Amino acid sequence: MHLVLFIFFGGLCVAGALNLLLQRHPINSALSLIVVMSSLAVLYLLLGAEFLAAAQVIVYSGAIMVLFTFVIMLLNAGEEERTHGSRAAYMVGIPGVAVLVSLLAFIFLSARSHLAQARLGEYVVSTSDLSKVLFRDLLLPFEVTSVLILIAILGAVALAGREH
Amino acid sequence: MAVPIAYYLVLSAILFSIAVGAFLIKRNIITIFMSIELMLNAVNLSFVAFAYQWHRVQGQIFVFFVMVVAAAEAVVGLAIIIAIFRSRSTLNVDQVNLMKL
Repeated sequence: MHLVLFIFFGGLCVAGALNLLLQRHPINSALSLIVVMSSLAVLYLLLGAEFLAAAQVIVYSGAIMVLFTFVIMLLNAGEEERTHGSRAAYMVGIPGVAVLVSLLAFIFLSARSHLAQARLGEYVVSTSDLSKVLFRDLLLPFEVTSVLILIAILGAVALAGREH
Repeated sequence: MAVPIAYYLVLSAILFSIAVGAFLIKRNIITIFMSIELMLNAVNLSFVAFAYQWHRVQGQIFVFFVMVVAAAEAVVGLAIIIAIFRSRSTLNVDQVNLMKL
C-alpha cells in the first residue's frame, strides 16, 4: 500500500515538475507547481508528518501559489520568448542536471543498506509532539521568524506600493 | 509493503535537479522564481525523510522554518518582480541587466 501510494504521488511530483519545465506559459507552470506541492503533502503524510502535510497544503499550495497566480494575472504575463542567452543554458544546463541527478541517486542508493525502511503508521509525529519542541527548545528562533515576517511585509509594501 | 528512505531521497534529488534545470533554462522571471520554490520543496522532502530515519522531531521543525522563510521570500520577491515590471514592462531576464530599477 505504502509502495503504491509512494510510486503514484512521487510520479505525480516528477510529472508536475517536468511540466513546469516544459510549459512556455507561466500560468501553466504555476498550476503544475500546485500539483507538485499537493502531492508532496501526501508524501509527508506517508512519512508521518501530519502537521507539515496540513501546513504544506495551507501555506504552499494555498497562500504562496495564490500569490504567484495573482501576480501572473496582474502583470498579464504572456508566453516567454526564446532569446540568445537560453541556448547556452540548454548546452550547459541539461548535461549538468543529468550529472547532478545521477550522482545524487548513486550516493543515496549506495547508502541504502544504512537507511531505514519506511512503514505506514510506524512513526507518526503528532502536532503536540511538534509544538512541545517548537515552543520549549526552539522558542527564540520561532520569535525571530515573526520579526522576519514583519520585515518582509514592510519590504513588500515599500517595493510594490511605490507610485511613479 | 515498506519503502526504503533512500527512494524518498532519490525523489528529492530528482525534483531538485529538475528545478535547477528549470532555473537555468527558463527566461521568464516568474517561472525562475517558481523553480526556486520547487528547490525549497525538494529539500523539505529530504528533511522529512531524514526526520523519519532518525525518529527526531527537529527535522520537521526545520521544514516548518523553511516554509516560513519561503513565504516571506515569495512576498518580497514578487514585490521586486512587480517593481521591475513597472519600470521596464518586461518579464524577460535577458532584458533586465541593470541593478537600478
